[in-house]
Amino acid sequence: MLTSLKLPSRLGTLAFAVAASLFGMTAQATDITGAGSSFVYPVISKWSAAYAEKTGNHINYQSIGSGGGIAQIKAGTVDFGASDMPLKAEDLTKFGLGQFPDVIGGIVPAFNVAGVAPGALVLDGPTLGDIYLGKITTWNDPAITKLNPGMHLPSSKIFVVHRSDGSGTTFNFTDYLSKVSADWKSKVGEGTAVQWPTGIGGKGNEGVSAYIKQIPNSIGYVEYAYAKQNKLGYAKMKNAAGSVVEPTIASFQAAADTADWKNAQDFNLLMTNAPGAEAWPITATSWVIMYKTPKSAGNTKVSFDFFKYAYEQGQDAARSLDYVPLPASLVQQIEAYWASQYKK
Amino acid sequence: MSALSAEPIPRDTEHRSRTDARHDLIFRLALRFCALLVLAALLGAALSTLWGGRDVLFKDGLHFLFSSDWNPVENQFGALAPIVGTLVTSLIALILAVPVSFGIALFLTEIAPRWMRGPVGAAIELLAAIPSIIYGMWGLFVFVPFMATYIEPWLSDYFGDTSPSGGAQAVRLVIGTLILLIPTLPMFYGALHRWVHGIALTATAMVLALSLSGALSYVLMFSVLPNLFNGPPLGLGLLTAGIVLAVMILPFISSVMREVFQTVPARLKESSYALGSTTWEVVWDIVLPYTRSAVIGGIFLGLGRALGETMAVTFVLGNSYNLTASLLMPGTSISSSIANEFNEAVGLHRSALIALGFLLFVVTFIVLLIARFMLRQLARKEGR
Repeated sequence: MLTSLKLPSRLGTLAFAVAASLFGMTAQATDITGAGSSFVYPVISKWSAAYAEKTGNHINYQSIGSGGGIAQIKAGTVDFGASDMPLKAEDLTKFGLGQFPDVIGGIVPAFNVAGVAPGALVLDGPTLGDIYLGKITTWNDPAITKLNPGMHLPSSKIFVVHRSDGSGTTFNFTDYLSKVSADWKSKVGEGTAVQWPTGIGGKGNEGVSAYIKQIPNSIGYVEYAYAKQNKLGYAKMKNAAGSVVEPTIASFQAAADTADWKNAQDFNLLMTNAPGAEAWPITATSWVIMYKTPKSAGNTKVSFDFFKYAYEQGQDAARSLDYVPLPASLVQQIEAYWASQYKK
Repeated sequence: MSALSAEPIPRDTEHRSRTDARHDLIFRLALRFCALLVLAALLGAALSTLWGGRDVLFKDGLHFLFSSDWNPVENQFGALAPIVGTLVTSLIALILAVPVSFGIALFLTEIAPRWMRGPVGAAIELLAAIPSIIYGMWGLFVFVPFMATYIEPWLSDYFGDTSPSGGAQAVRLVIGTLILLIPTLPMFYGALHRWVHGIALTATAMVLALSLSGALSYVLMFSVLPNLFNGPPLGLGLLTAGIVLAVMILPFISSVMREVFQTVPARLKESSYALGSTTWEVVWDIVLPYTRSAVIGGIFLGLGRALGETMAVTFVLGNSYNLTASLLMPGTSISSSIANEFNEAVGLHRSALIALGFLLFVVTFIVLLIARFMLRQLARKEGR
């Protein structure tokens, strides 16, 4: 998520590991390895540093991408995998895996239109879909002006920016567009990478942010933290309930709260287009994937302890990186899931 | 003499020559092993990319090469857009970098004062040591805005206009014709020289050259350039990527050229100067022919680097699989597609990306073959 954070924290982990090996840290310290989604990397690093300080157990997380994380956990080379895309029930049963959400993030449409302040523009799903399909090509298109009565929008062409790398952000964004636009669903569909009908691709959230900043009249989608830190113009969205919401930690949490987790087996649910009146429509999470029958009982025990710690005491750390901690109702369901599904 | 040869060879000498022979053999085998290791690594890399890409190659076969469809959702993959992007950006880079490199090498070996040669040469070689990610950052944050504000609007206004507006286009046509006249006139003059003489010759050559350069200019101004430079001035795209690549390969080509220009024997050059040649004539007629194969080698070294360059290109190319003729539009290249998508690719998508890696091998191999062929043609021409 935040590249700027990656290097220092990785160096920190390395230094820590070196120090640990040099000074022969306490014998009972356990090293847990995890791999996968880069979306959760900054927050897992922060949690693991705090957790190591508290318990002496280290969590080594490699952000190799969701696909890599899934492959690694299937191969049994790591204690947990993390993926931005939930696994299907049949995959989980086939490999004896279980999955649960770890942290929430919001994806916001960001734009660069002279004279339009951040948060002033309102968009809805079908309009965003048509912009990304190349059907709406100018900023003063009736579909946009209808949502923004009284606002002066230029007649300039819209430059569409998307991610060029495969990413969970793209997966959630295209999933949202597929839910709200039948046209998008049939023509493009959803995935970590798709065949974009129009626009240019930036590598990573930082690449997309840089393009939006540089290209006048552009629009793109980035994780909330990037829009905030780069002071990009972001749009408000009209959600499934028909109300216009701002991207805030509260509205992301509302999406997680109102999403229908109870009926989602193995938490296989994307929170996009959540029904709540306050819910931000493009809210995403990523999933931790672990074996139901532990390969190493000790490591699995520490892993659960780590995520319990993260849910209960890691909330401020998550917020400080512009992630959203899981709502209490969801944490309860996850802990019930652990109790019923995992053999400890 | 006879007394000496009659004496038996001392034992230790005999022993020594035997160990020498053994050491020679070991050394030769070690050298052969080193050479074979390179071949084995190359072959291994090529074969493993082919093996990794087998799924998509079996499924689509040649269609994979000629389709511009790249749809990870539908599992439809075609490599045309990345191949075209790779070739076009590398071509732009060569067109820009070769003349400049030649100028640099010429300046440093023939014209620059002696005190200047060392520092400037070192500075150019240092350019090669800059990591490509830095070129990418520079490209994205400095060069792209520059292109977007100054160069591309001008290009697209003056040349990218598909619907010509009378006067302005006529002026452009005349200027194009005049510029093209410079190379075409001597060409016709030379060709006609054996047949006609005097005023008739000059007049005929003029008319021929005018009509040819006029026709070329028309094609260039009204069908080639408008297509090449049509598009929004985003700053990102094939042209920008080609220019950034040109800066990156410049030090490779120019340092090779400089090195080989220095190997030209002084007496050859001095003889030519003594016969009254200008510096240009010495370089063009003595230095260049003498070093031709090494110069072409240097150019292809740069081309190889341009073809495989990843990070810098990824930053400024715009990463779009939509094929267009315009150089101002975003595109994609083989290596940047791999760098972008490999992390999250599974199944056929991953196979397609590995197959792209194999294609890069093939493209580079073909380019090198062409280079060899060109060298051989040149050698044959010389031999006649």
